[in-house]
Amino acid sequence: MIFNFKKKAEEKAPSEKQGLFSRIKQGLSKTRHQLTDNLASLLLGAKVIDENLLEEIETQLLMADVGVEATQEIIKDLTGRLKRHELTDGEAVFAALSEDLVKLLAVPQVALHETTAKPKLILMVGINGAGKTTTIGKLAKHLQEQGKTVLLAAGDTFRAAAIEQLQVWGERNGVPVIAQKHGADCAAVVFDALQAGIARGVDVVIADTAGRLHTQSHLMEELKKVTRVVKKLDPDAPHEVVLVLDATIGQNALQQAKEFKQAVDVNSLILTKLDGTAKGGVVFALVKQQGIPIRYIGVGEKIDDLKPFDADMFVQALLQHDKG
Amino acid sequence: MFKQLSERLNQTVKKLSGQAALSEDNIKDSLREVRMALLEADVALPVVKEFIEHVREQALGEAVQKSLSPGQALIKIVNDELTQMMGEHNDALNLSCQPPAVILMLGLQGSGKTTTTAKLARKLMHEQNKKVMLASLDVYRPAAIEQLKTLSGQIDAQWFPSEGSEKPLAIAKAAIDAAKRQGQDVVILDTAGRLHVDDEMMHELQAVHNAAEPIESLLVVDSMTGQDAVNVAKSFSELIPVTGIILTKTDGDSRGGAALSIRKVTSKPIKFMGIGEKVDALEAFHPDRVASRILGMGDVLTLIEDAESKLDKTKAEKAAKKMQKGKFDLSDFRDQIQQMNKLGGLQGIMSKLPGAGQMPMGGMDDTMFTKYEAIINSMTPQERRYPDIIKGSRKRRIAAGSGNEVPEVNRLLKQFTQMQKMMKKFSKKGNMQKMMRQMQGQLPPGFPQG
Repeated sequence: MIFNFKKKAEEKAPSEKQGLFSRIKQGLSKTRHQLTDNLASLLLGAKVIDENLLEEIETQLLMADVGVEATQEIIKDLTGRLKRHELTDGEAVFAALSEDLVKLLAVPQVALHETTAKPKLILMVGINGAGKTTTIGKLAKHLQEQGKTVLLAAGDTFRAAAIEQLQVWGERNGVPVIAQKHGADCAAVVFDALQAGIARGVDVVIADTAGRLHTQSHLMEELKKVTRVVKKLDPDAPHEVVLVLDATIGQNALQQAKEFKQAVDVNSLILTKLDGTAKGGVVFALVKQQGIPIRYIGVGEKIDDLKPFDADMFVQALLQHDKG
Repeated sequence: MFKQLSERLNQTVKKLSGQAALSEDNIKDSLREVRMALLEADVALPVVKEFIEHVREQALGEAVQKSLSPGQALIKIVNDELTQMMGEHNDALNLSCQPPAVILMLGLQGSGKTTTTAKLARKLMHEQNKKVMLASLDVYRPAAIEQLKTLSGQIDAQWFPSEGSEKPLAIAKAAIDAAKRQGQDVVILDTAGRLHVDDEMMHELQAVHNAAEPIESLLVVDSMTGQDAVNVAKSFSELIPVTGIILTKTDGDSRGGAALSIRKVTSKPIKFMGIGEKVDALEAFHPDRVASRILGMGDVLTLIEDAESKLDKTKAEKAAKKMQKGKFDLSDFRDQIQQMNKLGGLQGIMSKLPGAGQMPMGGMDDTMFTKYEAIINSMTPQERRYPDIIKGSRKRRIAAGSGNEVPEVNRLLKQFTQMQKMMKKFSKKGNMQKMMRQMQGQLPPGFPQG
């Protein structure tokens, strides 16, 4: 037997000393089970490595939201290897597959605006319900742990009680929140917050914005205005524009990333809700097409369930198999 | 390249034109394209496979071979199959029970439950004259209760107050009791978003469901959900007897996949769809129309229904008469813009028109019309009636008054003049037909040509 998958009984009992890797792995376990359990049984049961097997892998990748284009690329590569007789057994297929997946995530990552600016302005954008506000709460905590001082800007002035929601996160983290009234101009709120950030000498200002569909051109214009206005205080601001994407989303994520990038020059991604059964496979197509690096992934509901993204680790966790 | 499902299917079928009949051979490529398109539209793979099989079987049937154009025959088969999979007709809410009728809203985080709760309440209040009470059982997400309270105030629904420190089950019971005492017709319970794999939270939901005995339990699903939509819908409906589904965020550019797979896998009807951010942006789900929309054949029926309920008929007739007489002026133009906005703006209308997705828009969008409206607002009644009198100094005043530049005022005036010319052409008999003939070459397949 090449693979021996242990059915984990201890899944619900995370220990205190859990490492980063296992946390991510745990968060991704649903994905992993979906993709790898099926792939494992597939590869185990396979007497011959042939095109039928590759077709089954194709099916699994598609069901993991990897998308048609990226899947085809992987299958094309595997087919080539098969013809060159490089794939002699299941393990070889598995290794080739993970290599291909890592390669997709390893497109030249745009060097992040590693700025010395103080404060650094991080603008959070995304569609409705992606998890922007919750992610800001987690991100603030994460940055505080790195010894940074943080200030939040309640830029979602549209959705009912969005300001209050951010304020609760501010209280939990002991972080000041700059807010105006419901219905106020988002750009003005963010401007105020950056100004306050400069005056108070904080390290990072994180600005929330209202969720908007990338197809609403007037709302995208509103977002552009925010980026224009803050340049009056700091010509390099916003230093980072983060697109928050819900991992349960399908191929529309690609369209979203494209539109938001076009409007406000998104330069990093955060993937949320990877703790469901959502397969998160759209990441592969996304990074490949847009070349925007993924910075963090959200793997749970707790305040410290935001983890730095690491391509190798991500693929490893996704394809990890317990050898027994 | 990511393409809309409708565009993809249209393209596939274009390749078929000129073929005498559908055969195993010539539809193979088309079906592969359809498969890819459906996958890119996030239809779940098992559903796609079944769909393709059905289409193949029917396409090779005799009835089709007699058809004149194989392309249109295939489109029709795909359309029929789509419609059939999505449930064929629209299921309305069932509220026939001893009042208050309890409606339970459930779904994943961020799917849009709270907003949809308010939209649904407003719909019941306005269209069925129901007295509706809203209560939030979301004691977990910060300010979730506050959010529903605010929305409830906006739509004038009865609000049942709750606190983050209370238990969801207790809130549900108390809300239903209060609704009974106050003689409410409907009470809608908004629950916290939860993952379908979170046992603890799912059991809580089950307990609430058992106690509240809702007549409708509506699963709220984001229309952009990927392959996972099936798992989510399955898990929820296995644990809770879901009675229907509401599809949200369909005003984005992804609107096919999730609806199709959820419907197929759970066999629960999709009852409503969210089509915008405002509280009135909830439409009854019409499977046949959405199937057509997916195919790029437009959603003219919804548009007509919308127009009938939202437009001022006498105004429209007056404008039409003026157009015929060539007396259409700028205030009529402004009326038209306002009417168009009521129907969801240019973008909203175009998304419902057959093949409009492929028409060049020439840089026109809703922001332009907003601008035009502002410019016309800054004119005097006389200027609106006789645009010819608008010269240099008037232009500067209008531009300044509406926050625009003079060239933009010029652009509006130029376009208006062109429009007037076109209307005069239209009003002459026979010209309309001639023009339609000219346009025909540019129309996509599937558009009724005649």
